[in-house]
Amino acid sequence: MGRLFAVVLTIITIISAALVIMHVWWMPVDISTVGPRIDSQLDETMWATGILFIVSQLLLGYFVFTSGENKEKRAVKYFPGGATPLVLFAIALVGAEILVLSFVGSRVWAAVYMSPADPGSLQVDLAAEQFAFYFRYAGPDGQFGTIHPDKVQDGNGNYFGLDPENDVAARDDIIVGTLTIPVNRPVLLTMHSKDMIHSFYVPELRIQQDIVPGLTIPLHFTATQTGKYEIVCTQLCGLGHYSMRAFLEVVSQDQFDQWLKSQSGD
Amino acid sequence: MHDSSTQPVHHQMVEPTGFIRKHVFSLDHKVIGKQYYGLAFVAVLTGMLLSWLMRIHLAWPTVPIPLLDKLSPNGAPGGIITPEYYLSIMTMHATIMVFFVLTTAPFAAFGNFLLPIQVGAEDMAFPRFNMMSFWVTFVAFLVLVASFFVGDGPPLAGWTSYAPLSAVGAVAGPGQGTGQTLWAISIAIFCVGQLLGSLNFITTTLDLRTKGMSLARMPLSTWGWFITSVIGLLAFAVLLPACILLILDRTAGTSFFIPSGLVVNDQTLPHSGGSPLLWQHLFWFFGHPEVYIAILPGFGIISTILPAFARKTILGPRALLGSMISIGFLSYMVWGHHMFLSGMNPFSAILFSVPTLFITIPATISVLLWTGTIYGAKMRFTSASLFCIGFVSVFITGGLSGFFLAQPSIDTYLHATYFVVAHFHFVMAVAAMFGIFAGTYFWFPKMYGRMMNEALGKWHFWLTFVGVYCIFMPMHYLGLAGNVRRYASFTDNYLVPLIPVHKFISVAALITGAAQLLFFFNLFWSRFRGEKATDNPWEATTLEWSTTSPPPFDNFGGRHLVVYHGPEEYGVQGTAGDYVMQTSPEQIPPANAGKS
Repeated sequence: MGRLFAVVLTIITIISAALVIMHVWWMPVDISTVGPRIDSQLDETMWATGILFIVSQLLLGYFVFTSGENKEKRAVKYFPGGATPLVLFAIALVGAEILVLSFVGSRVWAAVYMSPADPGSLQVDLAAEQFAFYFRYAGPDGQFGTIHPDKVQDGNGNYFGLDPENDVAARDDIIVGTLTIPVNRPVLLTMHSKDMIHSFYVPELRIQQDIVPGLTIPLHFTATQTGKYEIVCTQLCGLGHYSMRAFLEVVSQDQFDQWLKSQSGD
Repeated sequence: MHDSSTQPVHHQMVEPTGFIRKHVFSLDHKVIGKQYYGLAFVAVLTGMLLSWLMRIHLAWPTVPIPLLDKLSPNGAPGGIITPEYYLSIMTMHATIMVFFVLTTAPFAAFGNFLLPIQVGAEDMAFPRFNMMSFWVTFVAFLVLVASFFVGDGPPLAGWTSYAPLSAVGAVAGPGQGTGQTLWAISIAIFCVGQLLGSLNFITTTLDLRTKGMSLARMPLSTWGWFITSVIGLLAFAVLLPACILLILDRTAGTSFFIPSGLVVNDQTLPHSGGSPLLWQHLFWFFGHPEVYIAILPGFGIISTILPAFARKTILGPRALLGSMISIGFLSYMVWGHHMFLSGMNPFSAILFSVPTLFITIPATISVLLWTGTIYGAKMRFTSASLFCIGFVSVFITGGLSGFFLAQPSIDTYLHATYFVVAHFHFVMAVAAMFGIFAGTYFWFPKMYGRMMNEALGKWHFWLTFVGVYCIFMPMHYLGLAGNVRRYASFTDNYLVPLIPVHKFISVAALITGAAQLLFFFNLFWSRFRGEKATDNPWEATTLEWSTTSPPPFDNFGGRHLVVYHGPEEYGVQGTAGDYVMQTSPEQIPPANAGKS
C-alpha cells in the first residue's frame, strides 16, 4: 500500500510539474513596461516553490514507501537529530526566501502602485457600471467637465453625470466604450464606479485594480505593443458580471491623434 | 510537566430516557457532536450537488440538466442555468461549505464528541449552552436554505458578500432581495452558535481536565480544538456585528457600507457616508482566521492519528504545538492580503504581505514534522492513515501556491483568477476534508461501536486523492492563463481556448463526487452492519480509548481517570504492546522512552 502511494504521488508530481515547465498553459504576451518585473517575480517564485513542491512530495512518497518495508522485523526509526534541525532548517530556508521575495517584490509593487504617474501622461477617465466600462477623454480644451452623480443617466448616454449646459469644460469631453491609447506613452486612468465594486483587469498589462464606488482610484501604466486586448471585470458585480468587458486598443501615436480628431469632430 | 490537581465535576444530570431528551434536545456532548456531524453531512451533500451543477454548466452550458427546471423554474428554465442562478449556486456552495461543513465538522462535530473525553471530563462545562449552540446552528442552516425558495431567488453576491452589491437591496438585481437578507440573518445566527460553542470549548479545556491531565499532556487534537475555539471567539465576535450592520443597511436605511451618490439601475440611492471597504475589513478580519478555524482542527486530528498508525511518537510535538499557536496568532494580522487591489492604501499591502509570508514558516515546520514522523515508521496502512498522509500532500500543494498570492506584486496578475480557487480549495477545503475523513475512519468505532469497512474506505481514498489533484491542479494553469473566477460562462476571446481544461475538470469533479457515495454508503452500512468494535481497536493511547465503544452517558462509567503519561507514548515497550496508554500507571523505562 505504501509503495502504491509512493508511485501515485510521484506520477502526480511529475505531471503537475511538467505542465508548468512546458508552459502548456501560461500567461499571455506581456505588453506593459512593468510586466517584465512582475513576470520575473512570478518566475522566481515559481522556481522556489516548484523545487519545494517536487522535493517535498517525492520525499513524502519515499518515506511512505520505506515505512511499509520489512516493518515487522525492525524497530521504529527516529529522524536523525530529532525536530530541532528540521525547525531551524525551515526557519532558515523559508525565512531567507521570504526576505528575498519581500524585498524584491515590494519594489515591483511600489513601481506599479505607489509611484506617481508621469506628469506627461495621457489622462483618461473610466466610469464602471453594471455591466460596462466607459472611457472619457478631455477633448480639445484639455479640461475634464465636473462629475455630478445626480445627473448620471444611462438612457441619454450621460454615463459620467456631466452638465454641458452649465459647464463649458464638459461640452467637448469625448465618451467612448473602448479604451484607445498610444503605444509607449504613459497613461493615467482615473477610475470611478457609479454602482457596485468593479475591477479593471487586462491580463496582458499584468495589472488589476478594484473600482470602488465612493472612491476615485488612479492607475497608471504604459503599453509597449500595439494590438487589441480585452479588459475584463474581476469583481463580482451582479448577474451580468461574466459579460462585463471592453477592449483596449493600443495604436501608434499618429493613429491615436487621428482617432482623437475624428472623435472630437462629431 | 506538573500534575494538574483540577478535579472533574460530577455529572449533574441523570441519563434521560425519553426519545426527545435523549436524541433531539440532548445535553450530552456526544449526541450533540453526532448532531453536528449529521448537519455537516446534509450540508456537504447539498454543497457537493451545487458544485456538480456549476461544473456541468461551465463545461456544457447548453445541455439541459434533468429535474433542475422543476426545482427552479426561474433559475434554470428548460434545465439551462441562467447566469444569475449560476452565481447563486456558487454563493450557496461556498457559504454552505465554509460555514456548515468546514467549520461544523472538524471543529464542532469532532470537538464536541471528543474534547471532553480526551481531557477526561464527563461533559462540556455548559451542557445547555452546548445544546443551544447546535440548535442555533441548525436554524441558521434552515434560514440559509430557505433563500433557495424565496421570490427573487437565492443570494448571488458570493460567500464574501461584498457591499454595496450585498447592501443596497433588490434594486441591484435578482438575488439581492429577500435572499440576500436571509443570507445575512443566517450568518448572524451562525455566529451566535459558534460563539456559544467556542466559550464552551475554552472553559471545558481549562477547567474540566481530569487529575494528571496537565496542559502539556493534552493530545494535539484537543489543542487543535482549543486553539480553534480561541480564534473562533475573536473572529465570530467581529462577523456578528458586521452582519447586523449589513442587515440594518438592507432593512433600516442605514449607510454603514453604502457611499453617497450611488446610481443603481438609473435610480439614485438615498444612502450617504458609508464605506464599501469597511465591510471588506470587517469580513476579512473574520474571514482569514476562519481559514484556520477550518484547518487547525485538521492539524490536531492528523497529529493525533498519524502516530497511532506510524507506531511512533510524533516528531517534535512541542514544535508542532508552537506552530499551531503561532499560525493562530498570525491569522489576525493578515486579513489585508485579501484586499491588496481593493483600493486601500497600497503601502498597507506590503505591511500585510510580510506577516502572510511569515505564516509559511510554522506551516513548513508542521509539514516537515509530519513527514519526519513518517520516516522510519512501522506504518499500518488503513483508511484513516492514508487520509492522514494524503492530508500532508494536499496541504503542501495548497500551501505553496500561497507564496504567489501573498505577494502583492504577483497578486496583481493572479488575483480573482482560478489560481486563487485552486489555492484555497487545496489548502483549506480539500485538506480539511481529508482531516474529516481521517477523523471519521479513526473515531467511527468510538462513536458508534462498529468498525467501518476498510476495503470501501481504501477505494474511497484512492479515488478521492487522485480526483482532487485532477480537479484542482489544472485550476492553477487556468489562473496562470488569466482565467477569471466567478464567471458564468467564458465568452471572452482569450478564455475560449481554456474551455477544454474546464471540461476535464468537470469530468474529474463528477467522478470524484460520485466516489464520495462509497463513503456515504460505508457510513450507513457500517453504522448498522459493521463489525463490532473493541474498546481500543487501533491500539491508541488517548483517553477516549480507555472507555467502552461507544462510551457510556457519563463517558467513563463513574470512574475518575488519572493520567500518568503524555499522549505520545508509541514505540515503547509497554505491558499492552508497543504503546503505553495515558491512563496506564506503569513506568516507562527511560531507555525506551519515546524520543521527540
